[in-house]
Amino acid sequence: MTSDGKVLDRRKQADDFIAAGEASRAALALAELWREESGTGTAAFVVSRYEKLRDQLPLARYRLVILRSFTVEPAIPLLRASAFVNGIDLAVQLGDFNAYAQAILDPKSSLYGFAPDGVILAVRGEDLAPDLWQKFADFDPDGVGEAVKGVCHNFEQWIRGFRERSQAALIVHNLEQPARPSAGLLDAQLESGQAAAIQRINQELRRIVSEHRGVYLLDYDGLVARHGRLRWRDQRKWLTARMPIAADQLVQLAREWLRFLVPLTGKIAKALVVDLDNTLWGGVIGEDGMQGIKLSAEYPGAAFQALQRVMLDLARRGILLAISSKNNLEDAMEALESHPGMLLRPKNFAAMRINWNDKAQNLREIAAELNIGVDSLAFLDDNPVEREQVRAALPEVTIIETPDDPVAYASALRECPAFERLTLSAEDQQRTSLYAAERDRSKAEQNFRTKEDFYRYLEQEAEISPVMPATLARISQLTQKTNQFNLTTRRYSEPQIAEMAAQPGCQVLSIRVRDRFGDHGLVGVAITRDQGDACEIDTLLLSCRVIGRTVETALLSYVSQAAAARGRQRLSGEFLPTKKNAPAKEFYPQHGFQLHTQNGEGSLWELDLKQHPVPFPEWIRLNL
Amino acid sequence: MTPTTFEQVRGIASDLFAVPPDRITAESSPESIESWDSTQHLNFVLALEEKFDFQLSPEEMEQMRNLGEIVKLVENKLQTTSG
Repeated sequence: MTSDGKVLDRRKQADDFIAAGEASRAALALAELWREESGTGTAAFVVSRYEKLRDQLPLARYRLVILRSFTVEPAIPLLRASAFVNGIDLAVQLGDFNAYAQAILDPKSSLYGFAPDGVILAVRGEDLAPDLWQKFADFDPDGVGEAVKGVCHNFEQWIRGFRERSQAALIVHNLEQPARPSAGLLDAQLESGQAAAIQRINQELRRIVSEHRGVYLLDYDGLVARHGRLRWRDQRKWLTARMPIAADQLVQLAREWLRFLVPLTGKIAKALVVDLDNTLWGGVIGEDGMQGIKLSAEYPGAAFQALQRVMLDLARRGILLAISSKNNLEDAMEALESHPGMLLRPKNFAAMRINWNDKAQNLREIAAELNIGVDSLAFLDDNPVEREQVRAALPEVTIIETPDDPVAYASALRECPAFERLTLSAEDQQRTSLYAAERDRSKAEQNFRTKEDFYRYLEQEAEISPVMPATLARISQLTQKTNQFNLTTRRYSEPQIAEMAAQPGCQVLSIRVRDRFGDHGLVGVAITRDQGDACEIDTLLLSCRVIGRTVETALLSYVSQAAAARGRQRLSGEFLPTKKNAPAKEFYPQHGFQLHTQNGEGSLWELDLKQHPVPFPEWIRLNL
Repeated sequence: MTPTTFEQVRGIASDLFAVPPDRITAESSPESIESWDSTQHLNFVLALEEKFDFQLSPEEMEQMRNLGEIVKLVENKLQTTSG
């Protein structure tokens, strides 16, 4: 079917849904139509249909005045259609042609009578200071300075005047550079050149705008440059209709305006939920494996790194990142944690749902976990079926349409207006890490299918070393304080520890643990004494904050290997029960020790070091 | 099936003037369609330029007196640009 046929069908589809009273499905069809064909004709259609639906859809109302020095009329339907599709019902008043100064300075003007929520001041430099654009060659450097000052003074007057009369948001266009400066190449060499003069105005505008609350700068020069100065301009329409912008570029102006209106109406996404396979990396981790997925600085992996870089930018803007992926948890976590091409790591994600559940359900859970509304989620997934399922189940989610070519994923994300912010707080910039820390602290364990997954996820590092002057006090303190995971609960003062350490055949060891959440410090102690062919464990203890993640096994393994290395055959140890040390009760039998003797005081356990070595847990990295 | 130029131009007019396509003919003009005012006329020009990827000169815009003439103009433009 031709694209024309398709978009005609969409129109019919939308009308059928409207006739059937299915407003949200009609809105989806209109949004789809607008996405496929964002032109003047379509805009008129989309606007007229949304106007029929406006009472049945959760639209934000916004009153906008556009003050302008040129013809913008044809951009208005484009703007209103884009706004409707983004959930904004826009009422627009156009200021009279070139009457912006009077409108601002006259408190009785129709501008204030309209009671706008926001105002756009779209003035072109060519209209405001024609000499700077058209007759630049007539200026001497002083004259340029005067002209620049005059323009800035005008803007300052208008902005201040507006603020005195209205609390509405004000969006000010900056000024566009000429496509070809009057002095040609020479302009770039001149300090008082035309481009430099316009840059000075734009810099000054930045300052003026920053001095007023609720006044924002729209980088019109950047917008024009982005789309190409020569393509942007239509000289013929300028001369015949005072419309300087080419027909096919008007929609870009409308979109740029919309980027401001989305945050101004609060229609923003607070979190971006992404898929993994073929979205965050190329290929399928469960099938292609760590070596096979595409993710590197080279093409094609570079496309996915570029996407990840955009996500890091979004996180810095205060947008939370989350994962919803159909995958085996361990496959996905391995890539997230250790694939060398990953720019994002688990710590960058505030929530994760890596499972085989339906994505709409995962999105609901993520919203609940992050304590935000489902309508604050944006969703990025290469799979159109998943997008469709989410769109149907949760129409309030912002769905990012992925282009066919992964190289374009990054810009699709950058273009999404739901991620725009007009101001930024310090808290915004570190929001993801706050959420991630919270999630990690309280929820890490329950998200893992097996204990081993959890252990690997922790990225533990252990450092085992003999007692040193610097650790003496802490070791003694641990023997004094540790009650739960303490096999013998023998309390030792610092001098006693020092004395034992000095005895031949006696080892006083400490273990220090670090993991992905930070450094836990010195958290465990083992004291052993060689007696004949046996090594006796006098003390083995662990601070409760690291119990249950195999650190105790690591310490025992180290002790047993060291004893074997010293030629011991057996390792023995007592368990002396107290009211509090039940967590340590099964420690020896769990590690292959045999019961030797038992009495009212406790039990003695033995391990044959040749027959039953204690393996070191593979998920802990040992540093000596 | 590829729509004819007439159908495509009529589709744009239908969108812009909010008139069903079957009520638009080659004779339709600003006189017969109420919402075809000067603003919409500019929109019509822009929509044609977007759709067919050409630019209309002021002289050509003056030839756009009814839908039939517009279709003829578009067909001529398409022939000269593709040939």
